Amino acid sequence: MAHYQPPKQGKASQLIDVVVLVVLTVGALFVPLWLGLAGAAKSVTNPVTTPTWETLGQTPAQSAKYEALGYTPETAHDLILARFDYSFSIGALLMMIVVIVLYYVLILRFSEVEYREVISEKFGE
Amino acid sequence: MTQVDITSPTMDGMGPHGTKVGLLRVLGPAHVWALGVGIVLVGEYMGWNFAVGKGGAYAALIACWFAGILYTCVAMIDSEVTSTVASAGGQYTQAKHIIGPLMAFNVGLYLVFAYTMLEAANAITAGYLFSVVATMSGHADALDQRPFIILVIMFLAWLNYRGVLATLTFNLVITAIAFLAIIVLFLSTSGILGGGIMEHAALFEGHELPYGWIGVLAAMHFGLWYYLGIEGTTQAAEEVRSPARALPFGTLAGIMTLLIAATLTWYVCSGVLPWEFLGDGVNGSVAPLFDTARLSGSTALVWLLGFGTLFATLASANGCINDASRAWFAMGRDKYLPGWFGAVHPRYRTPYRSIVFLVPIALIFALGAPLDQVITFSILSGLLGYTFMPLNIILFRRKWPLNSIKRGYEHPFHPLPAITLLTLCGVTFFAVFLGYGTQLVAMVGFYIVVSLWFHFWRYRFVNRGAQFTMPWPKPQGY
Repeated sequence: MAHYQPPKQGKASQLIDVVVLVVLTVGALFVPLWLGLAGAAKSVTNPVTTPTWETLGQTPAQSAKYEALGYTPETAHDLILARFDYSFSIGALLMMIVVIVLYYVLILRFSEVEYREVISEKFGE
Repeated sequence: MTQVDITSPTMDGMGPHGTKVGLLRVLGPAHVWALGVGIVLVGEYMGWNFAVGKGGAYAALIACWFAGILYTCVAMIDSEVTSTVASAGGQYTQAKHIIGPLMAFNVGLYLVFAYTMLEAANAITAGYLFSVVATMSGHADALDQRPFIILVIMFLAWLNYRGVLATLTFNLVITAIAFLAIIVLFLSTSGILGGGIMEHAALFEGHELPYGWIGVLAAMHFGLWYYLGIEGTTQAAEEVRSPARALPFGTLAGIMTLLIAATLTWYVCSGVLPWEFLGDGVNGSVAPLFDTARLSGSTALVWLLGFGTLFATLASANGCINDASRAWFAMGRDKYLPGWFGAVHPRYRTPYRSIVFLVPIALIFALGAPLDQVITFSILSGLLGYTFMPLNIILFRRKWPLNSIKRGYEHPFHPLPAITLLTLCGVTFFAVFLGYGTQLVAMVGFYIVVSLWFHFWRYRFVNRGAQFTMPWPKPQGY
């Protein structure tokens, strides 16, 4: 097999490649943030109007710790009662599974094509 | 047995790379341990407690141990492969030789982003620590943390620029202090030395599993944070004096250290801090070991754990700069990225261009994104990398069976660790989906786009056969 001779890349082209990668990377993190789709925010679904340690579900031992940390029932209200919502749709779960599996299939198939070329050139046919 | 002996001192896995000046071979097993544990130990000082918020204290313990099994598999698999692929880039170089270029490109990016995001998270925590110290010492207004974040990243990048031996010796000292601080806190608060202040039963009463078993699954997301980064030991492969011995030894000693540190951390923190406070790493306990020390009533412990937290964040950021730059450098050297990044400093023998280039990237994330998002980005990149590892070891054993090349370390019970690792990765993907599904899809979408970019554009600049640098025989089946 004839050895593949890669083209020489100019400085401007190298710079563009770096910029493309950086833009894609920053976008992957910040676009979900900007769209408000990122993260699982906790929320208080059943607030207590006049909170006490008892109504917040705290035993004397637990409330003593909060007081040692500088909290009162009022300031600890949101911290104690906020909860995640773990409900999800099967459709969303299936979509995630499909996306991940497709991703690995894509990577492995393309890699195999490239790898055979590498081995062929390295060890000869 | 063939003539290929990677553990031979005269043929230690180094192949030709075409660079005029190579990285310096000056590190020993202790440096490898310091690199691995140094990166990870900050996970005990901050971040793991999000797992408590996800499912309660018991859920965090279960996640701690299952994540421990996951990372034990990672360490075993990594130790075998890297004892034969002794080259900078770690898992990137493994993938290049075992699976193929596109997989390698993706793995290289996983490494760079996992470590750069972790570095950013460390810098955020260091900035927070400085603000706490300012408040404790009487500073009235809220301290602007940004100058400290910038200073931490710039100082450590400078240290990395100047040489790997000083960098990792610095890591060795501060990591050892941070680890000893956890031991001292445990001994001082558990009743072994003096009076104990643990109240597990009282603090757990009525809150054993606040979300039920789905909370246990959800906790696996941040359970990874107890150990994330131990696989970074492989990045030192081109700079250790004896890769076949030092890498498995340093990596396996590292995971054992972390299993102890993680369990002790859970024990002392959950026995002193209420779970809702402990589990909220943004509005509650940002630095749980430090908060535990505060409630101990001992000023000495407060100072010790304050320094422990600071040292852990510095050691981690330091190791992350080291690892991310090696992965970026290795990809540049192979032309997977512009070849300009593949240069070694003529005097300090470090990948200096990669070190400098990644500084502003880390700053963008440290200054522009919330802590839990940065941690999640890091975890997701790590998780994608762990999913690659079972595939990697199965193909490695198939293409180069045990009798074809000598390994510095052969992990036992193959393929059980690979299957266990793949299963636990699947569980963790589900855990991430429960809270951060959008980021997961966004991230996989990002990797799909850059993969297409690499395959159809960037790969044309790569010299096909020359990128295979290991002195191995032809793989079976090709």
